[in-house]
Amino acid sequence: MDLGISALSYVNSIKNDEFTVEEFISKSLERINQVDEKLHAFLRVNDLVIKNAREIDTKIKSNQNVGKCYGMPISVKDNICIEGSKTTCASKVLENFVAPYTSTVISKLNSEDAIIIGKTNLDEFAMGLSTEFSAYGPSRNPWNTDYVPGGSSGGSGVSVSANECIASLGSDTGGSIRNPASFCSVVGLKPTYGLVSRYGLVSYANSIEQIGPLTKTVEDSAFLLNIISGIDSNDNTTVDNKNQDYLNNIDAGISGKKIGIVTEMTNSEGLSTDVLNATNDAVKTFEKLGANCEQVSLQMIPYTVAAYYTITSTEAGSNLARYDNIRYGYEFDSSGFEFNSYISQARSKLGPEVIRRMILGGFVPSAGHAGKYFLKALKVKSKLIAEINHVFEKFDFLISSTVPIQPFKFGEKIQDPVSLMMVDFNTVTANLTGIPAISVPYKITNGLPIGIQIMANCLEEHSLLQAAYALEKTVDLPKVPV
Amino acid sequence: MTKIGLEIHCQLTKLESKLFCSCKADYREFEPNTNICPVCMGIPGSLPLLNKSAVEKATLIAMALDCKTPGKIAFFRKNYFYPDLPKNFQITQLNAYGNTSIGWEGRILVEDKQIKIRRIQLEEDPGRLIYEGATEKTKLTLVDYNRAGTPLVEIVTDPDFETPHQVREFLNILSDLLENLNVSDPGLEGAMRADANVSIEGGSKVEIKNIGSFHDLEKAVHFEITRQHSLAERKIEIIQETRHWDDGRKITVSARTKEEEAEYRYHLEADIPWVRINDNTKNQLRAQMPESISSKKERYISKYDITPQVAGILASDRYFSELFEKANNETNAKDVANMITTDIMGLLDTREKREISKLEAGHLSDLAECVKSNKITRASAKLALDEIIKNGKPLSQIIEVLDLGHVSDESTLSDIISQVLNEEVKAAEDAKQNPETVNFLVGKVMQKTHGKADPELTLTLLKKNLDIE
Repeated sequence: MDLGISALSYVNSIKNDEFTVEEFISKSLERINQVDEKLHAFLRVNDLVIKNAREIDTKIKSNQNVGKCYGMPISVKDNICIEGSKTTCASKVLENFVAPYTSTVISKLNSEDAIIIGKTNLDEFAMGLSTEFSAYGPSRNPWNTDYVPGGSSGGSGVSVSANECIASLGSDTGGSIRNPASFCSVVGLKPTYGLVSRYGLVSYANSIEQIGPLTKTVEDSAFLLNIISGIDSNDNTTVDNKNQDYLNNIDAGISGKKIGIVTEMTNSEGLSTDVLNATNDAVKTFEKLGANCEQVSLQMIPYTVAAYYTITSTEAGSNLARYDNIRYGYEFDSSGFEFNSYISQARSKLGPEVIRRMILGGFVPSAGHAGKYFLKALKVKSKLIAEINHVFEKFDFLISSTVPIQPFKFGEKIQDPVSLMMVDFNTVTANLTGIPAISVPYKITNGLPIGIQIMANCLEEHSLLQAAYALEKTVDLPKVPV
Repeated sequence: MTKIGLEIHCQLTKLESKLFCSCKADYREFEPNTNICPVCMGIPGSLPLLNKSAVEKATLIAMALDCKTPGKIAFFRKNYFYPDLPKNFQITQLNAYGNTSIGWEGRILVEDKQIKIRRIQLEEDPGRLIYEGATEKTKLTLVDYNRAGTPLVEIVTDPDFETPHQVREFLNILSDLLENLNVSDPGLEGAMRADANVSIEGGSKVEIKNIGSFHDLEKAVHFEITRQHSLAERKIEIIQETRHWDDGRKITVSARTKEEEAEYRYHLEADIPWVRINDNTKNQLRAQMPESISSKKERYISKYDITPQVAGILASDRYFSELFEKANNETNAKDVANMITTDIMGLLDTREKREISKLEAGHLSDLAECVKSNKITRASAKLALDEIIKNGKPLSQIIEVLDLGHVSDESTLSDIISQVLNEEVKAAEDAKQNPETVNFLVGKVMQKTHGKADPELTLTLLKKNLDIE
């Protein structure tokens, strides 16, 4: 039994009776037991999965209706709520938080008979891009465990890459799905803002973040997007995609399509030569497939990281204000505290990156400074949106590397917050403008992965997945060494 | 010159649910912390879902106050820490980046003086803090989140008032208006609250908060003006500050904590997309808008020939004007109006009494009819009302039970006599032969009228009917 199979081949194998759900789930649990002590993809593994697997096997044997997922094991980032189970956001502050309700994406997966095998690690409250800021210790890159797996959905990336599960759900605020997808050599899709319900996703920067899949293949991302997307009465920001089938004609190719190579993302200061070479190579591949590629400049790009951190810190300062330890949290003796000092004490359990952004978030939108920082950031955002709209009048897709660099070693960047921020350089544009973007595994150089990012206009996931599929079919990557 | 401005908070109590979730907008019946859900408790991952009816009701208020209304509205987060605030921010509105609140630049006439409405916005009410014992010495503060998320409309006036009396008049007009629009029940405890700012010639603006009722507001404003004048007379500077109304001592006291420039870090609430209110929607809302109090008053005067005073009293109260409209039928309008203003308003002077009252419009038209046709006296009508309010039985029954009717009406009696004669054919024949036996028939009539028939008239009519002497 190959645990590295895609979601679609898993479904076929189950239908062809090659193995039972229970057999696959048991093997997956064995695999987790075997590798996760080292990789630390999971914060918690669901103990009930064998029981769930048996139930689905019974349904299959007795020819009852079975959901599209046929019991495939899916992991979920630990900032997405499931009723009755812990959702910690990798924070000490939510160490004992048990969600009283289930998020929309999980309800949808459940109704398609997916098995949620466990909750995966992340940077605390999804702030970071290496999982080094998890309060429960970092995850490790399966390609080389001395290196970070990317983040913030690092645990999700690792769990899929290391074949601990078939697929995973992550969240992407500034690259948090695509970055670990790139670093771990899996496919990661950030959908259009509003395409997937955020109900049950613990907010960090709610104006720009989305839930999305991390999968082994582009087809699998389309498969999961079919399930999790669509309008939701519990999220006023969701849009109606009329039950679009993203798998349909996924092999349509990209002949005749116009692809813009984002100049600012291919000549940026921090871009590594290996990554640039891989990007240029991907452009050539697209041209071979019949696409027309040309350079396109987006002049707001150099300001996007600053705008991104200004906006996300402002929203984080607001979204995380509720962790005052009054209604839920952890226990400490509150006697003797005046209200404000109580809150300070309660918030002292937050990690350094969260505290950094809370302080920033208290400053940049404040009355005396908003004009210089927060309002300027909003201006960059709206100018960027105008540029993107203009560019997509001419182009079908934009291309860049997902991350300007390859995975780095633990501790290498953690002391230098600004250089860490610049790692988001290529990914934040999709969040600030709401457009969909996907990271496709493209190369392994020096034993570490490089992913290529393709972006499309809002709600153009269908053609985006076709382009990603075309690129994916041209690459043949080695198996993960773990 | 004295300048007084107001900031009024009015709950939209007539709505079914809270502003951003499906918990009840009317939280008053609930045990503490039982009218709550993940959304109004700000549980991680929950999202606010906008109650569209709240936007409509608030827009009605803006229209009734002659405000400008926007083509689309936005919500903002006002960030601050307070135990009654589940998310540690309040979802509210802001006009700093363009006019996107429910309304602005409105006006209302108060005793011939125009009061300008600066802004109207829709926001969520926080929870309720309950202090154990005296406010200053409390050891334990309890929080009840049942109220958290209740739809609240904030109405801010320009500092156009000059006297506490004008303030009081304005609040009366405003609460009648809100009641008439069927958006709020201002009589409910805590449904309407107000803060005031007061300044006198040459002094800084002083804000007064923590005022429990409209009655106290007038007193607080009066006290504050007196305090400021007394400072001015002694050439003591009036500093800009926030003062709290001390309900026990009936004075304002400095809030002491230095109120720095408020730092709320306002930013857009992205979880609620902008709501478009196009002209079509506005026209529909306008068409739904109930008749204004002043136009209602005019109509009562011109159509029913009711005195302006009675018409004014009726029109300004939603409950009584509805009762009046339902009970009157062109001919009895004056009687119905008088009965409401002289009797019913006294009997149903509180909200609680109205709620349990069984009185319906039909009772009132019946009653007016009976009085008019002399079936019962005006005094009896009042007795009957008392009973109707208690048990809601039909007027005819009540008149019987209370023995209010006096059957001295010829035609009524004649009808009853015809009935008796039809039923007692033999006795009628006997009476014709032997007039002495007519008393048997009188007895029968008495039975039918429960003894209320005028005996002499009955005898006369019977004799006439039987053609005997």
